[in-house]
Amino acid sequence: MADYYHSVILMEEKCTGCTVCMQNCPTQAIRVIDGKAHITPEKCIDCGVCIRVCPYGAKSAVTDTLKDLEAYDFKVAMPSMSFYSQFPGNFSKTKVDNALKTLGFDAIIDQSYYAEVIAYHLGNLSEDPFQEKPMISTYCPAITRLIQLKNPELIKNIIPIETPMEVAARLYKENSAAAHPEGSIGIFYISQCPAKITSIKKPLGLKKSSLDGALSTQSLYPLLMQILSHREDYDQHVTPVYLGESWSILGGQSLTSEIEASIKVDGIDEVAKILDMAELGKLSGIQFIETYACIGGCVGGPLNVENPFIARYRVESRTRGLSPIDTGEIEDNFDFNALLWDLEIEPLDILGLDKDLTVAMEKMTRIDRLVAELPGIDCGACGCPSCRSLAEDIVQKKASLSDCVFQKLQGGRRNESL
Amino acid sequence: MRFEYTVTTQNFTTAGEASSNTKKTLKLLGIDSKIIRKASIMAYEAEMNIAIHSEGGKILLDIEPGLITITALDQGPGIENIDLAMKEGYSTAPHEIREMGFGAGMGLPNMRRCADTFDITSNPGGKTCVVMTLTI
Ligand SMILES: Nc1ncnc2c1ncn2[C@@H]1O[C@H](COP(=O)(O)OP(=O)(O)OP(=O)(O)O)[C@@H](O)[C@H]1O
Ligand code: SF4
Ligand SMILES: [Mg+2]
Repeated sequence: MADYYHSVILMEEKCTGCTVCMQNCPTQAIRVIDGKAHITPEKCIDCGVCIRVCPYGAKSAVTDTLKDLEAYDFKVAMPSMSFYSQFPGNFSKTKVDNALKTLGFDAIIDQSYYAEVIAYHLGNLSEDPFQEKPMISTYCPAITRLIQLKNPELIKNIIPIETPMEVAARLYKENSAAAHPEGSIGIFYISQCPAKITSIKKPLGLKKSSLDGALSTQSLYPLLMQILSHREDYDQHVTPVYLGESWSILGGQSLTSEIEASIKVDGIDEVAKILDMAELGKLSGIQFIETYACIGGCVGGPLNVENPFIARYRVESRTRGLSPIDTGEIEDNFDFNALLWDLEIEPLDILGLDKDLTVAMEKMTRIDRLVAELPGIDCGACGCPSCRSLAEDIVQKKASLSDCVFQKLQGGRRNESL
Repeated sequence: MRFEYTVTTQNFTTAGEASSNTKKTLKLLGIDSKIIRKASIMAYEAEMNIAIHSEGGKILLDIEPGLITITALDQGPGIENIDLAMKEGYSTAPHEIREMGFGAGMGLPNMRRCADTFDITSNPGGKTCVVMTLTI
């Protein structure tokens, strides 16, 4: 079986077994067993919904720390596309970059430039009759995983171009190889979400990520704010802002690729519905579905700090009126074939009850019989998100009927009447 | 084994459930995703036709080793001219239904294209029955 890496983790000592994460998990990957939440690795898509909803802050993401920078001579930060929108308007990109350098980074990579490069090729692909439509980008890794799990027939609709983050890191390393040989340079992503972290540790479509680690925006934010509010002498030069930064908000990919026939969807449940419609062939005429697991796009990422709507406003203000990068510049410098990922994205066929259809049918009959016996109120007290999921777990020998409190009560009463 | 889904006429909130349940069931049974896609399209177009063009009916999903059968049954009013109804682009859907994005006249042709065997019987004034199979 494939080994599953996930950056979402549970801090057991904080977990009270309250079932909030379990009830909200979009892929029903969480069970509460013996008072603690457990994530089923095969089903987790690293969307981070559980991190967002946990009232006790017991869900978190595995990240590197500033200490991990020390392993490299040359330390590079690559902030997420939504990173700068986390800071109040008076802190310019230059100021924030300089504050990052104060924290120990030697250089900063701006991936929003590469977002535009990719957007240009995305636009071209929309006119390519051999490209399956509607196209889906790999920008949100949580959605790519959702497709592997729930809509494998749409894998061929996923565009074969790497993400801006990977393109930017790979080219940076290639171009600076003389000064900083492999092993001496460490590129760290400053992440807005666990999905991106997972995509670095265990990439899809790539043998190995060009990034070396990831830190969360959340963890660096207080340190950066402290630096920013104590120093005023920062604006020595002005870091350019690119239209590509709009990839952090819903609509940004369509805007920069100039694809008009696009559907823009955010929030994992709504994305799931649109993907189902695409699978039914009901989106004819649509060239591109721009999908984000988080509300509002990556500005709503679970490891960000700012209110997503305020962050969106900042992205809009900063990018308003910017003209796109000259297409000649892109064509001269970025060969399309050099931007493609090198591995196929495989379906994750793990939702079946059994490999053998006859056995699977028997199990399903038993599940239906069990469902009829359960109260059907999806109370969650058994540690499963619904009565049906308990029934499935019982048949798959992962739970027992006595986990249902109603069954237990009934059993008790029956015993009393005896 | 058999699953039965009721389709209420003109109810666009629940329309689509037979198809999404078909998909879920087949996924749990570990059926190949290409077959699942075809079956969900067949169920979807069939239930939409019942909801839009008939007074209501049901979708039956039968699964046995080697074969999936999807049957759409409704209470009428039936189809005047089946050959015409089967033509790509032929639709009697009224204006307001077209506004909702239906009525391209592609449902029946798509069902026939996806299915391994396709059979439709209908009488003007009577019931319509569509039986479709997929070999697995
Ligand atoms: N169950 C039914 N009862 C009565 N008439 C039907 C039924 N199913 C289809 N028809 C008739 O056949 C025509 C063609 O059906 P078809 O599904 O191909 O297209 P449509 O439903 O009009 O549009 P689309 O499926 O593309 O949204 C319909 O417009 C309708 O007149
Ligand atoms: S929408 Fe953006 S922030 Fe949210 S999971 Fe996807 S990539 Fe991460
Ligand atoms: Mg139809």
